Amino acid sequence: MERLKTTLCGIPLDNPVIPASGTFGYGEEFAALYDINCLGTFSFKGTTAQPRFGNPTPRIAECTAGLLNAVGLQNPGVEAVIGEILPRMKTYFHKPVMANVSGFSVEDYAGACEKLGREPQIGWLEINISCPNVHGGGMSFGTDPKAAAEVVAAVRRVTEKPLIVKLTPNVTDITEIARSCEAAGADGISLINTLLGMRIDPLRRRPVLQRTMGGFSGPAVFPVALRMVWQVYEAVKIPVVGIGGIASAEDVIEMMLAGACAVEIGSENLVRPTVCKDIIDGLPAVMDRLGIAKLEDIIGGAHGWEKM
Amino acid sequence: MKQQQLEILSNEPLAAGIWRMVLLGDTSDSAPGRFAELRLPGEFYLRRPISVCDAREDRLTLVYKTVGRGTRRMTELVPGQEIEALTGLGNGFDLSRARDGAVLAGGGVGCAPLFLLARRLREAGCPVTAVLGFNRADEIFYEEEFRALGVRVEIATLDGSRGTKGFVTDAMPGIAGSLYVCGPQPMMKAVWRRARAAGQYSLEERMGCGFGVCMGCSIQTAGGSRRVCADGPVFAGEELLWND
Repeated sequence: MERLKTTLCGIPLDNPVIPASGTFGYGEEFAALYDINCLGTFSFKGTTAQPRFGNPTPRIAECTAGLLNAVGLQNPGVEAVIGEILPRMKTYFHKPVMANVSGFSVEDYAGACEKLGREPQIGWLEINISCPNVHGGGMSFGTDPKAAAEVVAAVRRVTEKPLIVKLTPNVTDITEIARSCEAAGADGISLINTLLGMRIDPLRRRPVLQRTMGGFSGPAVFPVALRMVWQVYEAVKIPVVGIGGIASAEDVIEMMLAGACAVEIGSENLVRPTVCKDIIDGLPAVMDRLGIAKLEDIIGGAHGWEKM
Repeated sequence: MKQQQLEILSNEPLAAGIWRMVLLGDTSDSAPGRFAELRLPGEFYLRRPISVCDAREDRLTLVYKTVGRGTRRMTELVPGQEIEALTGLGNGFDLSRARDGAVLAGGGVGCAPLFLLARRLREAGCPVTAVLGFNRADEIFYEEEFRALGVRVEIATLDGSRGTKGFVTDAMPGIAGSLYVCGPQPMMKAVWRRARAAGQYSLEERMGCGFGVCMGCSIQTAGGSRRVCADGPVFAGEELLWND
């Protein structure tokens, strides 16, 4: 459908709906439920240079309108992703896919991105400089503009593929990091990753998560995400992908009005596995009701409202 | 996996802290050892994974223990109410290995998934012994239901208020045939120590999605990492790392 089309870093999308990394695996489980080729694309499970088991369990805790996770980047490593998963993926997904990459050193990021960037089906590299779960890793890159720029510049040197930097919200000024990534050669910014949180089991008097703290996501974080997308849209010229608590077609419209050219849907996939398809199917009716002819027309449309 | 609306036909206490909910819907994918993820009304974001106790035609029976706010909320649901569920989750027990006989060892609410297993094994003509362990006599459920299937039932209670005083392992006869186990981790470990041989063990872990994408319930096994929800919940005893 023409009116849902959008573009992400020069690559056309049939619609702006993208399942977020870590909530969609490699798409196989969802492909058994619906034809995932209806998606704009999807961002597959965060990949690291080496295989990782992740953190000890419990890794999941429930919250009002969301959840905490401390999975810790479990993945089979870049070699297995390229050797085993991508060859299978092209049998059930026929569009460019987004590779989400994490690392614990600048070399880790550059190495994994260089390998993944050579794969024909990879459309975008989304580099996660924000995972709050891993000691000595993601957190420091995403909270320091200099370290963030260093990673972006190193990855920029090894790939021509569009480079999207996924930002952590656990910072004082999100625009400073976003500008730093843009200056270092990023083609796009996606935000937000999870907010650092915790829960305590009152009976056992200990944290629910084995790792004490974890990343908070789900509908509860939507206003925080929307605010940060708004701020980053005003701070940079490169495309912005909105992530955080999106659960409906109306949320997608709101995110796009704040400045997102596409959106990623995360937690909701875990509790309503068909949510992405439902949102895509539901968008035209919501657009009719709101008098929106084409989604591309509304990107950043709420900015400058004071002068309207 | 199937996403469907189930209608509650009944929801009542079975024993101390143990409830039974019977639901109307499509049970074609509810094999022994599999589970359903229920979406609860109210403030609960994640679904609740509950193992299948029985599935007969269009009736799905779930037996659950009230342990937290979610399961307490479940007890307030009334007949006629609809509940949204993902059904047919998990791998389930492998029945094909049990021909000459099976021993089923259950601990507490872990006895529930063994019921449909026992029924299917009996229907295939397999002799079945069920060793059911509980803390106290007032927590015992389904003893008669198991017997009605022609199952030999041994009961163990920790406080000795019924059957053999002690653990499931104290009431276990010699293990002849296939072994199927479901219960708390220490109980399963004790059974493994006693049995050593093969056996199928149904695990429990805190889950996010229940269908294999969030990696919330991963465990390390002899064969690498496995997702309890999608690769399990049933694992071969020799595949599990018992830390002993």
